[in-house]
Amino acid sequence: MDNVTLARATMGTSLGFHIVFAVLGVGMPLLMLIAEGLWLRTHDAVWLTLARRWSKAFGILFAVGAVSGTTLSFELGLLWPRFMAFSGAIFGLPFSAEGFAFFIEAIFLGLYLYGWDRLSPLAHWLTSIPIAVSGALSAVFVVMANAWMNSPSGFHLGSGGQLQSVDPIAAALNASTPTEDPHMLVSAYVVTGFVVAAVYALGLLRGRDDALHRRGLVLGMSMAAVAIVLAGITGDSSARFIYQAQPAKFAALEGQYQTQRGAPIHLGGIPIDSQHRVVGAIELPGLLSFLAAFDTNAEVRGLDSFPPGQTPNPVVVHLSFDTMVGLGILIGLVALLFWILVIRTKQVPRRRPLLWAIVASGPAAVIVMEAGWFVTEFGRQPWVVYGVLRTSDAATTAPALGPTFLVFFAIYVALAVTTARLLVLQARRSRAAQ
Amino acid sequence: MNEAEIVAAILWLALTAYAVLAGADFGGGVWELLATGPRAGDQRRAVAEAMGPVWEANHVWLIFMITGLFTAFPMAFGIVSLALYVPFTLALIGIVLRGAAFAFRAHGREAVGEASAWGVAFGAASVVAPFFLASAVAAVASGSIRVSAGRLISDYTAGWTTPFALVLGLLAVAMCAYLAATYLTVETEGTPLEADFRRRAIAAGLVSGALALACLAVAGESARALVISLLGRGFPLLAIALINGPIALAAVWLSKPRIARVAVVAQVIFVLWAWVIGMWGYLIYPDVTIDNAAAPSSTLTPMLAVIAIGMAFLLPSLWLLFRVFKSRNPAAAIPPT
Ligand code: HDD
Ligand code: HEM
Ligand code: HEM
Repeated sequence: MDNVTLARATMGTSLGFHIVFAVLGVGMPLLMLIAEGLWLRTHDAVWLTLARRWSKAFGILFAVGAVSGTTLSFELGLLWPRFMAFSGAIFGLPFSAEGFAFFIEAIFLGLYLYGWDRLSPLAHWLTSIPIAVSGALSAVFVVMANAWMNSPSGFHLGSGGQLQSVDPIAAALNASTPTEDPHMLVSAYVVTGFVVAAVYALGLLRGRDDALHRRGLVLGMSMAAVAIVLAGITGDSSARFIYQAQPAKFAALEGQYQTQRGAPIHLGGIPIDSQHRVVGAIELPGLLSFLAAFDTNAEVRGLDSFPPGQTPNPVVVHLSFDTMVGLGILIGLVALLFWILVIRTKQVPRRRPLLWAIVASGPAAVIVMEAGWFVTEFGRQPWVVYGVLRTSDAATTAPALGPTFLVFFAIYVALAVTTARLLVLQARRSRAAQ
Repeated sequence: MNEAEIVAAILWLALTAYAVLAGADFGGGVWELLATGPRAGDQRRAVAEAMGPVWEANHVWLIFMITGLFTAFPMAFGIVSLALYVPFTLALIGIVLRGAAFAFRAHGREAVGEASAWGVAFGAASVVAPFFLASAVAAVASGSIRVSAGRLISDYTAGWTTPFALVLGLLAVAMCAYLAATYLTVETEGTPLEADFRRRAIAAGLVSGALALACLAVAGESARALVISLLGRGFPLLAIALINGPIALAAVWLSKPRIARVAVVAQVIFVLWAWVIGMWGYLIYPDVTIDNAAAPSSTLTPMLAVIAIGMAFLLPSLWLLFRVFKSRNPAAAIPPT
């Protein structure tokens, strides 16, 4: 395989791995903050138990997030030296700010994890606030950098392609930031909410019907329900923005080959490049034009209107987009049903099919989020910096990318397996201690 | 100093912080690997207790340096990433395995204890990471990485495969072990472990001294430029290091752990800054300089503002962390076996 393919495979694998821990790093501290805060208020020990268990699990998750994030900061240079030599001065600022957010998060996490017996209860609770805030801020900053790759701005190039002037603040506040950043941030809470709810739903299914499991479930589903509504709203504005700013990505994610007025929406289906159409999709006439521009007769540019080599792979992008939206709606319905039942019966629902659906929503939410990143990253191709620098021109020329890919792949498998084993072990141990 | 030099100085300070803080964490891994005698289990526990609350924060200095380097000196970052692909990748593997293994063991000792693959990974990775980071430094300082018109023209083995790089790598590992052992004598003051770590500190100090001399001996061939600059502008600091070295060792020897800790940290700082001052102005000797690699001032100014704001939050937080965890002797809680 060539270097570009190997570099993309390595980068994509590392990011896909890191992001799982990163979103939990954003969401879990907020849950811990809420649970411990409830304990301070009510003196009900169940809340404290929840917070302590989560903090133990989070100790492992955070460390894996930190080491996989370290891999990424190296890999930006190791895999894409030309991209970084070009972009560093322009989009580096949010990364520098992120560095401080990591610092604050790591420091207060040290205090939080190891300070249960050394700090007063109130002081201990206070240490969770900077963790939650800086976790969210690190996501906001790093996605600014990614948004800049989608909507590069804040610089001028001279005639020879050399940088002439740079405005890193304008680059951080590029046109994609207002849609991409909120959508990513709420997605982190979507994933955390469903994953936590799934764990406690599974406990209930196994007959552990106690206050701990019920409250864990309710807290998780509260976060999930609020966040998934916001994810739908922010995702819709993302799509509308892309319609204007990145027409090739938009055409690919909708599977739109011909430029068309009154374009239909394609639900499902597989784009067949050789036939220039999507087969097997449900078509809703005019709806795409309406969703994109609030006008059933608006023109949607098709993939065929771009010169060859300027469009992303519509198969990956369309399928990923449908996975995000389709599965996203499904897990949203699960949350809706859960809350309808809670409000109707004034207690936590115990219906087994619903609990199983919640268990499935945990991994489903992770898939939804990964699919969303596939839309963003594959949809930007063939550019690493949209319209400015091609991915194929950015990759390293160093040898031995193949072995690097294999080694890191093996490391991620080992990390994932061990993390899972330890989390199960922790849960078992805390149950035994009870 | 102009803005670029200020940023460069801040990045060197971050490197210094990483060396004396995370360096000790790597050294902890070395002693984990070399734990022996009737108190081997206690020694490992002391390492784990000392590292637990602080290693994540210590590790972030590295991230800070990387992101700072690619923001302020993007061309230099591109060049070192390309030229040092192999040693950086190996160091990275070490860093990843070290961090993960430590966390796994701290949070699930009975599942992934000393005897498991993760226990071995923790120790081995703690040797690999500083070794290859230092051999990369050797390449940068020795003048082997050559650049013309912003493009790398030397090959992918330049500079880090020399005898000098090998000895510098070993020296880095020994210094990490020296740092860790002196910190641990303070942490375990008044327990039987103190004597164990004191002996280890003396051994590591002697090995470090020997390797430092070996370094200077082999540098003549593969890193002449470095020697010239160390004997030039870097000489005052080098001289202080030469005087301070025996003092540090004597303090360890005479069981003055607190003085020893200061002296050993100072030793690392003097050696590092002898290099920094000696080669001031260069990022990758001789082709990439602070001036020709710096981002425009429209990047550096906001970056300095971000650093200033960030530090205003960071420094009080760090103070709090070390205040809560390092004011008490954590190893005193370990029951003697
Ligand atoms: C788990 C959560 C989740 C849910 C329920 C949704 N998304 Fe999403 N989506 C993400 C998680 C996500 C993401 C993984 O977080 C992405 C990747 C990049 C980003 O900023 O967010 C994303 C990206 C993303 C993009 C590409 C943005 C870009 O390339 O700049 C679009 C167009 C949408 N989403 C649209 C939607 C729509 C219309 C949704 C629902 C109706 C939706 N998303 C639900
Ligand atoms: C927010 C920060 C992110 C940054 C700065 C970033 C940066 C990059 C870069 C530089 C590349 C290589 C160039 C390219 O293929 O265009 C890339 C590719 C890729 N990234 Fe991202 N990325 C981010 C987030 C993510 C996340 C969270 C995922 C999760 C799945 C992801 C998935 C991928 C994939 C799959 C590729 C390979 C794309 C391809 O081969 O077409 N990215 N990213
Ligand atoms: C959308 C994408 C991303 C999000 C939301 C995100 C978020 C986070 C969060 C919350 C953490 C804290 C660790 C944890 O709680 O697990 C973290 C760690 C880290 N991330 Fe990411 N990240 C993303 C992508 C990236 C990229 C592209 C890079 C590479 C440059 C990166 C570099 C790091 C580093 C170096 C750490 C470790 C910091 C430490 O030592 O504590 N992240 N990330």
